[in-house]
Amino acid sequence: MLDFELPEDLRVLQKTVREFAAAEVAPFCHAWNEEERFPHELIPKLGALGLLGMAIPERYGGAEMSLQAIALVVEELAAVDGSVAITVASHNGLASGHILLAGTEEQKMKYLPDLASGKKLGAWGLTEPGSGSDAAGARTRATRLDDGSWSLSGTKTFITQGSVGGTYVVLAVSTPEKKQHGITAFIVERGTPGFRAGKVLEKMGLHASDTAELILDDVRLADSQRLGQVDHGFIDTLKILDKGRVTIAAMALGLGYGAHEAARRYARERRQFGKSLAEFQAIQNMLADNATELDAARLLIRRAAWMYDQGQRITLAASMAKLYAAQAAMRACNRAVQIHGGYGYTREYPVERHMRDAKLCEIGEGTNEVQRMVICRQLLSRGELHVPHVLA
Amino acid sequence: MKILVTAKRIPDPGQKIKLKGNALDLSAANWQLNQFDEYAVEAALRLTEDGAAPATRQGAVTVASLGPADVQQQLRSALAMGADKAIRVEAKDEELDAVIVAKTLEKLVRRDQPDLVLMGKLAADNEGNDVGQRLAALLGWPQATFACSIQVVDGGKALLVGREVDNGVEIKKVRLPAVVTVDLRIIAPQAVKNGRTAANFAYPEGPRYASLKGIRAAKDKPIEALTLSGLGVSTALQVKTHGSELPPARQAGKKIASVHELVEKLRSEAKVL
Repeated sequence: MLDFELPEDLRVLQKTVREFAAAEVAPFCHAWNEEERFPHELIPKLGALGLLGMAIPERYGGAEMSLQAIALVVEELAAVDGSVAITVASHNGLASGHILLAGTEEQKMKYLPDLASGKKLGAWGLTEPGSGSDAAGARTRATRLDDGSWSLSGTKTFITQGSVGGTYVVLAVSTPEKKQHGITAFIVERGTPGFRAGKVLEKMGLHASDTAELILDDVRLADSQRLGQVDHGFIDTLKILDKGRVTIAAMALGLGYGAHEAARRYARERRQFGKSLAEFQAIQNMLADNATELDAARLLIRRAAWMYDQGQRITLAASMAKLYAAQAAMRACNRAVQIHGGYGYTREYPVERHMRDAKLCEIGEGTNEVQRMVICRQLLSRGELHVPHVLA
Repeated sequence: MKILVTAKRIPDPGQKIKLKGNALDLSAANWQLNQFDEYAVEAALRLTEDGAAPATRQGAVTVASLGPADVQQQLRSALAMGADKAIRVEAKDEELDAVIVAKTLEKLVRRDQPDLVLMGKLAADNEGNDVGQRLAALLGWPQATFACSIQVVDGGKALLVGREVDNGVEIKKVRLPAVVTVDLRIIAPQAVKNGRTAANFAYPEGPRYASLKGIRAAKDKPIEALTLSGLGVSTALQVKTHGSELPPARQAGKKIASVHELVEKLRSEAKVL
């Protein structure tokens, strides 16, 4: 039987995170964003709740939750603040996800407990100034030295937690002639000689999330810092991105939903021409479209997460969910600002912040255009869709 | 210490009340744990742990509720906060009154023999405020209601319970076993002193969040299902609800242009001068 109800534990989780976000994030996030400040004081609280080790197994100090659960958490946080949502999504998914996927037992024991507790924040260095989705264009070089150790040199950019991270995973070209099949991953600790954060980037939105450049200048690493097999970094990266796209889709959904809820409340309270905004058909149309499109996005996300939790390949389903959710969120935020009228354009109401934050979801972890490329590649290269037939 | 905490689910007090005929329409209610019961769960956890190392339990907390199958979610939330086990007695809300609830709890207490029954001072839906008192009477146990602080004394044989009264805080000493109902200040950072947690330890204000690990652990904690008839409780209602109605809608106020007009209206319309 097809069941659309959230199971009991996920409903308890949803309630917990909703209450946490209302008490610990909502009263402060406007100020964090206005001050463009990373909320360091929130990190221990996120850690205590278990939100920083969601995918990590219990034996390494995590909560070992399903992707469905992680998506739900990110959605609830994003409904209140996009910056906190992307901090949690990236910390849980990227560096710690990579260590979890490709790390040796020693590496997992050494790095995962501090990531799960929030003692250290994770950052993942893939993107470079000259290479985004086109990973084959990466220039950061990993040169193997005679003693088997490595030297890394290059520059990374758009790195979430770039200046506040404690544990970094950096991708570097180990065998240039093999292009994307010549990339290797390394764990780099904060404070390693030659490794530092560069410029902290000023962004359109997500002002309370840290995004920075990373600079690697002859960073010497023992071979024990290599993560996964030599030249295997990009293959692992694709798996991490599939999963990450589901959480970015959930972030988009939360942002859109947060803006939509604000607009729904505002439409009922605000009176013009002797009646509430909600009594005008033009406003009703916008609210109805928002609710419908966001619900469709939610179903795509739930399905992609469900497939992942079933052990299925989600390349297609994850890209579909992210593409649709990001666009639905932008439309929902745009309508929410429109419903708020002049107030919606001011920074006194949260909808404009949600709109700016949501734009990231059309760009980060693969732009809308890249998602379409991924989707179409799947459509054209296979006889059969990698979508469960019951839902397709 | 073995503690039984009672938990009632109530409709979200922030939701607008709906009527169907002359009865409350709760079909679209968002159900949640009565906040005072949530405070009782928090107080029970603080009594049975070392605040600095809460993972090691130093006692047992059982949470009990009467209600339909859905109540399981509120019980699971309490288990996720850290309670050790739960009991659900199958019942429909409209088939219960304070007497039946108190008598059901009496049966559970006689069976499980806790050292302490902790309850919210009242449920925020009908604000009955009588189940705790009735239970203490049925058991012949001492009671302390509206607790704002609890301190374990006499080597765990008694409690000093603070109660906010009109002219200050009254401190009452109750022997265990006892029934204690809690008020909202029981969740203040240092309101509960169990003798093990360091005296200067301060909790964050409020009931704790269910952590993700707590939620995972709660999946495997037992929820015992019982019935009123199985416990031998008479189901004859002694309180019957004959109907509910909304208070009359408030009329819009009048705008008055001058003090003179105000005095005139107070005299002629409001007739208070």
